[in-house]
Amino acid sequence: MTDIISDTPKAAIYQSDDFAARLRKRYAAERRFKMYGVVAIGVALGMLAILLTSIVGQGYTAFAQHDLALEVFFDPAEIDPQGSRDPAVISNANYGALARTALQAVFPEVEQRTDRRRLTSMISNGAAFELRQMVIDDPSLIGTRKQVRIPLASDYDQVLKGNIDRTLPETSRKVTDQQIAWVDKLVANGQIVNGFNWRLFANGDSRDPELAGLKAGLVGSLLTLMVTLGLAIPIGISAAVYLEEFAPKNKLTDLIEVNINNLAAVPSIVFGLLGLAVFLNAFNMPRSAPVVGGIVLALMTLPTIIIAGRAALKAVPPSIREAALGVGASPLQVVTHHVLPLAMPGILTGVIIGMAHALGETAPLLMIGMIAFIVDTPGGFGDASTVLPVQIFMWADSPERGFVERTSAAIMVLLAFLIGMNAIAVFLRKQFERRW
Amino acid sequence: MPVTLFLAVLAALSFAGFQLGRSRAVASAGGRLSSLHSVPTYHGFYVAMWVGLPALILFAVWGGLEGSIVNAMVRASLPASMTALSPQEINLIMVDVHNLAYGNISSRVADPALLAAAEHYKHLRSIGDGALAVLMLAAAGMGLQYARQRIQPGLRARNQVEKVVTVFLILCSLVAILTTVGIVLSLLFEAIRFFNKVPPLDFLFGLQWSPQTAIRADQVASDGAFGAVPLFTGTLLIATIAMAVAVPLGLMSAIYMSEYAPPRVRGTVKPILEILAGIPTVVYGFFAALTMAPFVRDVGQSLGLSVSSESALAAGVVMGVMIIPFVSSLSDDIINAVPQSLRDGSYGLGATRSETIRQVVLPAALPGIVGGILLAVSRAIGETMIVVMAAGLAANLSGNPLDAVSTVTVQIATLLVGDQEFDSAKTLSAFGLGLVLFTVTLCLNIIALRVVRKYREQYD
Repeated sequence: MTDIISDTPKAAIYQSDDFAARLRKRYAAERRFKMYGVVAIGVALGMLAILLTSIVGQGYTAFAQHDLALEVFFDPAEIDPQGSRDPAVISNANYGALARTALQAVFPEVEQRTDRRRLTSMISNGAAFELRQMVIDDPSLIGTRKQVRIPLASDYDQVLKGNIDRTLPETSRKVTDQQIAWVDKLVANGQIVNGFNWRLFANGDSRDPELAGLKAGLVGSLLTLMVTLGLAIPIGISAAVYLEEFAPKNKLTDLIEVNINNLAAVPSIVFGLLGLAVFLNAFNMPRSAPVVGGIVLALMTLPTIIIAGRAALKAVPPSIREAALGVGASPLQVVTHHVLPLAMPGILTGVIIGMAHALGETAPLLMIGMIAFIVDTPGGFGDASTVLPVQIFMWADSPERGFVERTSAAIMVLLAFLIGMNAIAVFLRKQFERRW
Repeated sequence: MPVTLFLAVLAALSFAGFQLGRSRAVASAGGRLSSLHSVPTYHGFYVAMWVGLPALILFAVWGGLEGSIVNAMVRASLPASMTALSPQEINLIMVDVHNLAYGNISSRVADPALLAAAEHYKHLRSIGDGALAVLMLAAAGMGLQYARQRIQPGLRARNQVEKVVTVFLILCSLVAILTTVGIVLSLLFEAIRFFNKVPPLDFLFGLQWSPQTAIRADQVASDGAFGAVPLFTGTLLIATIAMAVAVPLGLMSAIYMSEYAPPRVRGTVKPILEILAGIPTVVYGFFAALTMAPFVRDVGQSLGLSVSSESALAAGVVMGVMIIPFVSSLSDDIINAVPQSLRDGSYGLGATRSETIRQVVLPAALPGIVGGILLAVSRAIGETMIVVMAAGLAANLSGNPLDAVSTVTVQIATLLVGDQEFDSAKTLSAFGLGLVLFTVTLCLNIIALRVVRKYREQYD
């Protein structure tokens, strides 16, 4: 019987051409499928790279700024004609005129009125304030000549940085050929210095790009986050402890859990509506204040913190609780003395991630009026203030080229903070995470 | 009110109470600490609680009521010429009184009646603060006295302290419910006021949205149209574009990372992808408005299409990029939860990896993945900053991704930013939109969470 089979040798099915073709097709499909995955990851990472490079590329120049180095004569006739040295007189003097005179001295050939106006438009509005501050700090300057650095108006700064194209026809750019020639002469004279842009961190908001800074936004963010942290940490950890360790299984705890999970997915702008309707309109709390912003952000981040906290508490093995109960600790002592300290790194990681979220959040703060033009840094939790992301949003709305650069720089500052916070979270997790 | 001062004094008093209670407990034990029911520290906490809590509750209640009581008293003292005005004008006067009392710049020339009212206000406030201080000190002192007397070796201090702590823990857990209730009530109340002005059916099914209304009677302006359909379609259009970007990319990268990638690649790529989730939305908005929108417009124009500079496409694509990590990490979890035995069975029958994934793993994971996608949709609908910055304000009823459309969140944000008048249909319409937004996202979330949970239980 056996030779019947061997007599009619039929190629095994796995050797047929059909089979080989099918197998090739299946392997090709396999490779294609794998490639889709690689492409998907590549596209996602590529978008991230484009996003970051476009922001860094637009923004890195904002960390340096060109200043005019002029020899200013602090003319007593202009500042303090009576020689009284009265602070009120000194602070009311026309310091812009001093800067203009100094610049005109460099270009004695410019005589026509309109030309002169164009020339002095190179001086930023902030020059007068900075000169006044110098004199108020040191009244003995009056009557002396001093080499000072005053801010250059943003458009010229942008020309020097190459952000405004010189080769464009004159009519389609904001700066005339003549003005560019003046700037070039100043550069040749060494009267334009490029240095670190401390104004970006030392000033509040301004309508002039060259003067606008982040200080008000940074301080506002700090105050807001302090309120958020002060509320979210105790409430979040307590809620997590109760739900994970003590809560009986009943309708109420189920309701709380459903609520927490839903709140985690409620759009952030709805929290803004809550803040507007409840805290501002019903409780009459101050508009634009960090305290309201902090409460709203705390409500928003609570679900994140509670969920992370519960996960961390759950990871502590029951044997620890049983051992502590066995030597006579009360349930609350078990938690406060043993479980909570062991779960702390995990909880803190959750808290930091929640805070990073809160730091980057914009929409709910718009609702409660934290979108204000803030020049002075807020001094307390009740003062009108703005926060870093809202500042970015406001600058992004301004059309000037100088603000595009500043916006990108502000985003870089914000991202630096976020990266720092997340790095701390990762470090905590790596350092203290215990596998049981 | 010097809040920080009050609280600091209270904290100091509580601390003193703590020390006192502890030392008294030690003294009462008479050298044999084991005769105490609770450790001395608990006696300390017991006294501190009695010192701090009654005063704190008093402080909270007082703080909540003082403002309105003082306001009512000042309002009653205003001259008759002022009290005859409309409620809104009286409110304005009260604002001026506040400003005068705290030395802020007031909006009108201070007339003597106002100045007197401001003085009165300041006077009442200072009386109130003084009375509060006295009452708080009295409450703290009485609490101290009471608790001190009760300290003796048999006092069950620990149980009492633990009871209070447990109540605190429960209260903290209730914050979540309170928040939801607050959201629902505030949206509902304002939305009902809005629906009194605009019929709900006109709002939900009207085809035109132009919320500009005349503020003054003599002003020439449109009557305002509050048909929200263009906003709903705009939201859907942008969310659809976003999902069209996020779902394939997110799902494929999740599949690759959970089924193909070696651990090292997975360990590096996953955190980098998560960065996308950590970037603030305002940054995406800036990117969409400044880089993506001009790019889309240029490409479109070079193809001979007319593209709006605030096209839905640009905003949608950027939103999709933002959601990629969300979809991918949810799908990743769910794919990993599919039992290995299913895969092994499929491999055993000779299937390739991709065949296993497509015909075994994905069908098994489908309910979970759908749940994850629903969550992502709810996030796309509720996303605000990207659309505020990159999509337009013009509420066009259009399904063309190259047109400018507006979304629900954009309108909420723009209607409520800046000066508002809280009775106009224009401002209130934001709450109507908010109610719709909240309801829709809530339904999506509940369905999604149900589906995901059910799915997880299936393989547990």
